Amino acid sequence: MTTPDKALVHSSAHGPAHSPDAPPPVLGPGHTLSTVTDKISEIVLTAPPPRSWYVGLAIAFSLVMVLFWAITVLLWRGVGIWGINVPVAWGFAIVNFVWWIGIGHAGTLISAILLLLRQSWRTSINRFAEAMTLFAVSCAGLFPLLHMGRPWFFYWMMPYPNTMGLWPQFRSPLVWDVFAVSTYATVSLLFWYVGLIPDLATLRDRSRHRIGRKIYGMLAMGWRGSALHWHRYETAYLLLAGLATPLVISVHTVVSFDFAVAQVPGWHTTIFPPYFVAGAIFSGFAMVVTLAVPLRSVYGLQDFITERHLDNMAKIMLATGWIVAYGYAMEAFLGWYSGSQPEQYVLWNRLTGPYRYQYWALLTCNIAVPQLMWSRTVRRTGWMLFIVAVLINVGMWQERYIIVVTSLHREFLPSSWGMYAGTRWDWALFIGTIGLFLALLFLFLRLLPMISIFEMRTLVEEEKHGRGAHANHGHKTNPPPDDIAAEGGTAS
Amino acid sequence: MSQTPSHIALSILSATPSAAPADALRILSAAEVQESRRQQGARAGQCTGPQRQWASLEELSEDGEFRAAVSREFPDLADRWDEDPVGRRRFLEIMGASLALAGVAGTAGCARQAPEKIVPYVKPPAGHTPGEAQYFATSMPLAGASLGLLVKSYDGRPIKIEGNPEHPDSLGATDAFAQAALLGLYDPDRSQIVLGAGAVSTWQAFNQALDAALKVEDARGGAGLRILTPAIDSPTLLGQLAAIQARYPQAGWCQYELAAAGLAQIGASLVVKDDEARTYYRLDDANIIVALDADFLHSGPGAVRYAREFAERRRAYSDRPLNRLYAIESTLTGTGAMADHRLALKPSRMPALVAALAHAVGVDLGTTGADAAGKLDKLETQWVTALAADLLANRGKSAVVVGPEQQPTVHAITHLMNERLGNVGATVHYVSADNGKSVSGIRALEGLAKELKDDTVGLLLILGGNPAYNAPANLEFAKLIEKAKFSAHLSLYEDETSAHCDWHLPAAHFLESWGDGRAVDGTLTTRQPLIAPLYEGKTEYELLAAMMRQPQRSNLDIVQQAWRERYQGSDFEGYWRKAIHDGLVADSAPAPYSPTPGDRNGLATADYFQEGVRVKAEADAKTSGAAVIELCLRLDPTIYDGRFANNGWLQELPKPLTKLTWDNAVLLSPATAKGLGLVNEQVVELEHGGRKIRGPVWILPGQADGCATVHLGYGRRAGGKVAKGAGFDAYPLWTSIEPAAPWTVFGVTIRPTADSHKLACTQTHSRMEGRHLARSAPLDEYQRDPAFAKAFSHGVTGGPQRDAHADGHGQDHPHDEPAHDALDHAHADEHGHDHAHPHAHAHADESLFPNWKYSGHAWGMSIDLGSCTGCNACVVACQAENNIPVVGKEQVINDREMHWIRIDRYWEGPEEAPDSTHFQPVACMHCEQAPCELVCPVAATVHSAEGLNDMVYNRCVGTRYCSNNCPYKVRRFNFLQFADETTPSLKLLNNPEVTVRSRGVMEKCTYCVQRIDAARIKETVDGRPLVDGALKTACQQACPAQAIVFGDLNDPNSEVSRRKALPLDYGLLTELNTRPRTSYLAQVRNPNPALEPQEPPA
Repeated sequence: MTTPDKALVHSSAHGPAHSPDAPPPVLGPGHTLSTVTDKISEIVLTAPPPRSWYVGLAIAFSLVMVLFWAITVLLWRGVGIWGINVPVAWGFAIVNFVWWIGIGHAGTLISAILLLLRQSWRTSINRFAEAMTLFAVSCAGLFPLLHMGRPWFFYWMMPYPNTMGLWPQFRSPLVWDVFAVSTYATVSLLFWYVGLIPDLATLRDRSRHRIGRKIYGMLAMGWRGSALHWHRYETAYLLLAGLATPLVISVHTVVSFDFAVAQVPGWHTTIFPPYFVAGAIFSGFAMVVTLAVPLRSVYGLQDFITERHLDNMAKIMLATGWIVAYGYAMEAFLGWYSGSQPEQYVLWNRLTGPYRYQYWALLTCNIAVPQLMWSRTVRRTGWMLFIVAVLINVGMWQERYIIVVTSLHREFLPSSWGMYAGTRWDWALFIGTIGLFLALLFLFLRLLPMISIFEMRTLVEEEKHGRGAHANHGHKTNPPPDDIAAEGGTAS
Repeated sequence: MSQTPSHIALSILSATPSAAPADALRILSAAEVQESRRQQGARAGQCTGPQRQWASLEELSEDGEFRAAVSREFPDLADRWDEDPVGRRRFLEIMGASLALAGVAGTAGCARQAPEKIVPYVKPPAGHTPGEAQYFATSMPLAGASLGLLVKSYDGRPIKIEGNPEHPDSLGATDAFAQAALLGLYDPDRSQIVLGAGAVSTWQAFNQALDAALKVEDARGGAGLRILTPAIDSPTLLGQLAAIQARYPQAGWCQYELAAAGLAQIGASLVVKDDEARTYYRLDDANIIVALDADFLHSGPGAVRYAREFAERRRAYSDRPLNRLYAIESTLTGTGAMADHRLALKPSRMPALVAALAHAVGVDLGTTGADAAGKLDKLETQWVTALAADLLANRGKSAVVVGPEQQPTVHAITHLMNERLGNVGATVHYVSADNGKSVSGIRALEGLAKELKDDTVGLLLILGGNPAYNAPANLEFAKLIEKAKFSAHLSLYEDETSAHCDWHLPAAHFLESWGDGRAVDGTLTTRQPLIAPLYEGKTEYELLAAMMRQPQRSNLDIVQQAWRERYQGSDFEGYWRKAIHDGLVADSAPAPYSPTPGDRNGLATADYFQEGVRVKAEADAKTSGAAVIELCLRLDPTIYDGRFANNGWLQELPKPLTKLTWDNAVLLSPATAKGLGLVNEQVVELEHGGRKIRGPVWILPGQADGCATVHLGYGRRAGGKVAKGAGFDAYPLWTSIEPAAPWTVFGVTIRPTADSHKLACTQTHSRMEGRHLARSAPLDEYQRDPAFAKAFSHGVTGGPQRDAHADGHGQDHPHDEPAHDALDHAHADEHGHDHAHPHAHAHADESLFPNWKYSGHAWGMSIDLGSCTGCNACVVACQAENNIPVVGKEQVINDREMHWIRIDRYWEGPEEAPDSTHFQPVACMHCEQAPCELVCPVAATVHSAEGLNDMVYNRCVGTRYCSNNCPYKVRRFNFLQFADETTPSLKLLNNPEVTVRSRGVMEKCTYCVQRIDAARIKETVDGRPLVDGALKTACQQACPAQAIVFGDLNDPNSEVSRRKALPLDYGLLTELNTRPRTSYLAQVRNPNPALEPQEPPA
């Protein structure tokens, strides 16, 4: 066990480590190429889903019905069923949008940025993190559409040739949003799909069901694992990673412009773009942990998603948590330093006003609670980290609520101050999207390999050969062709 | 083009050809109207051709198809709307669900409209272009005076009410009631059918029954005939009533009007012989005005004119010196808010203070004056001293105005004071109120009640009014009405009184009537119909004619005949036509009149002080252990005595001071509420003499301690679906028992309950939070630095200046700090000089880019905060002009009211007793650099070539980003389908020049762009440049105080340019570089230095 540990530590960004407290491995002991493939593909192909899968899907599916109901009523009656008003014209819809988009950051960050940074531990979590990203972005994408007063005219936001001779108004950050989010969703989808292709081929080869073979076969797009395929795959995957990387930064930057470009006190701040991106990564990792901890125990994947992964993700959360804390501090400082009375009032109102409980809850969840992760025990104990991650998710939702609501509800003219609270329809839509997210995730777990099989096999290979020179020639994702051939052979 | 059939049938009246006078005002001659009625009759009679004709709703309702349609269509709708209270605003639910109208819509409107041909006129009416508006002069009767109006009509459909510039009570402006009368006309809840004993009947049946009842009276000289009317100012009606009284010498006629409940008359009778003297004022000649619980700027006949006259002396930039207003009142009113000094005084203290003041100005009250002076506390003494000095220094140029709610002694002493000060004939005038042979007031009603109780009334005719609801509670008038052998009630609504009468008769709205009346100064005023009666309504004139056995006489015939009889000259036709055209007879006001001084012994013995009452009540309270307060009952500022309770515009109109909508409340001062442990919206029980009312508490700074104010008119049990269910009924404590009754009730016990009642308030925060929004300064500071208001306009409002001001809440003089800073800043910057240029804005030169040049017009607005009295006329005017929907109480609670212009109200000074109240009308500022335009993703809000911030409804997708980014929060969003697009009568209400907005669309003030367009078209067609002032926005036109001025900034001589060039001009939130086109003139107050250091009253 010590050898691969050292190799991995060596390959990590931390550089050579000589600590006696060596981190746990990224892959459990005793795995061979076949065991990895069997273990991951059997979840999809052979093993009956665990009871908890059925229960989970049932709950998620009923929440999806809640979502459909909430959307139907919304379209029938109008956004007036929500709690929004003047002055608080944006409410849950925008809060949820920003929150989901934030969650959707981790997947692409893990896949693309950690790939480029050659963090091999990403391998076992990137697949479902990417799926999570897609589902979160889908949920997020619903909100800007639904929050419009006349959603049937959503396409007016797109530049398309029309008889009115009108284009969108390109100075509006909402138009930038349309581009940022749709680009992000497209690239994330492509990235995820391209990464799936070799595994789809494995499933095609291993599936005993005729229809399964056909579907996986179609999705595998004729993947045969030839060297040429691997070469093209590598190139495409790297290119997509390169494309996705700036998008991770840009999408939440643009989302933050929705606020920063406006002149609402509490929104009009230059700190917003970096602070939003950090917050997004923070919440995205929290969501990955929230999903990974139950998954590994339900599906027995402790060997693949090891304490090492939890530890690393906790560290990232700790780091981004501090960036977020710095963001809060700068927001407060600049509010005060601006000398602008309304800006100063926003700060004061957040601390002591009618939404102070939410604000203090946010500070607790996002600043105080993450400090528990200084403890290695917390970082490496699944349930502890799970609690911290859930609280961070709650805190990040509060953060968006505070930003949207407290800034608007008391701004320049005291005569127009008001209060905001979500109605049952606001909650129905929010909970409905959580249902949609979970339902998609459950289907994903059932139908696609939740961990990248072929990439895990490279880890086996690395572990087997135990070379310290690994870091020098880079992380190779393609396993030896003969292994693939062997796999194909067993399956056929 | 495709109007509902009802509209076409009803529009005949105004579409009838006639020879129109040369100018824009067109009259309808008698012949014309008769002709139109004949045509209408003919149409209703003939049933040939494909179009199905029906004469009345009742005829239609006999129809099986109609019945089926109702049962088929309506329940579905009802189900859907009842599903969720948020779904459809309450207003729509209740106003639009009028059964008969929904049924009509089902059969005649949308479902199966019969084919009909639209043909052009064979002979087009002279002077009328279809689709072009015409204006007709008419008048609105309210509380014994008629306000002259000019009503805009489109193809026979009145769509907007303006003031008649020629009329002395209006001078071109209106109050909120007149603006909202339009909705009253089209209200689908209006009574539409004659009801006999609760069943559908006809006018014919009624006339037969009336005839039978009259036969009994014929025999006994009318000994059993009693007529109950509201206050009547119509000479024709007075003549008719006199004729009836001549024919039935034993008949009785009683006038009962809340606003003239009789206290003023009793008061006058204490000092003058003829108690019919009615007072009116010429406030523009008054340097000093003392308002004794008198809200003359907001309520009562003449308020529109008084606001104008008052405002003319509130302009520091004009050459007339500022007047000074003192208000001594128990509850904060609009007048109190405008006062330079205001003393909150509970009712029991008022007589003593007034007596002491009278004593101080030299009125001989015997020993009473000195006694009263001795009973005052330190602050009151100081007030009396200061007021007396000011009044004596302005003999003949001051006015003491007393509210109608005050006790008779206060009225009497005020008459003496004005006389002593030489104000009578200068600022205070008397006009002999022609009351005919009637008894009036609350005491008279007591007499009628007694007669009813004694079973001596055979025929009771109630001509309007709602005594079953608003008669003194101790009379139990509702039950007594039933004792009359024959009772009939003419009313716009089927209300509480209708339920107790044998006959309910639908009244014609004043916009459907011929008639006449008098202005406050007695000027003869005419009324003409703008539309044929929508339903079966008839006027008082026709009903009284029926009493004289002439039921066939038409409304016009009666009025015209009466005028003909009174006319002395030779050319009656010309005289009549001119009177109808002008809306009044010029110079018809009676000559000034001085009442004969009477025996003043009555005054000496009158009960000056309610001390005895109060002390006794408090002693009683000590034994019972409950808290005791004094109670002021007042007319509601928006729904009056309850007669406007079914008017959604008025229900949703924020009350000027409390900003409450849809409800009344028990108003308490902060200290009193704290003492009693009460909080806002907590329900309390008020009890007096075994009668109880329950209502929610609302804390109103400026309310006198130890007294509560409750507005009347709510808690209606009938009278329309909007009226019912709003507020609580305070009339149970409205009695005729005590000397101070009915307006003041002493010794009321107040008990908290565990209940609470949610109130819909449109402005929950009333502090400026140290932000310089509504700016004002005392006169001396203005003289030192005329540009004081500009000092806060540049850059951020930060630093020590803001802090000092923020801390100032607890201090006596929050004004001091900014004042000094103002001086410094004014020297430090050059901005003050920029404003001489009409194009200049506060930050015009802070951009690197050159300013956009507007080659044609550049519209702008200036609002004078010194003049604005917060009266709300502009708010309703805007609502009427721009088809702004009513949203209902639930939506107001959720901050979704749709008013395009709102009046912000701020208090300065300590929380318990604010030093000053500020009104600030806020509508879209049409910013040069509009934050809303930048953020709209679809370019639905854009700048026009004339500088307007246009809202393109069709393009709006409803992201609401513009609303978030609007620092003034003037944008309004259609969160639900607020506009009523289904109720037929409400369709007629809409201004055809303004889009009716659908759900999901943002809207806001457009500077009345439809009026601008019309003016531009006229300018182009005529080839003459627009005259400044010819184009007015709706808010500007309605404003009694002329606080709002709109015009072309490119014209340096326009009124708006000149106002903007004044040093008082400042913009709201200009530090955001929005460069608003609407700017404000800061208020200049004129405090008395002798009273300055001692305020506020503790």
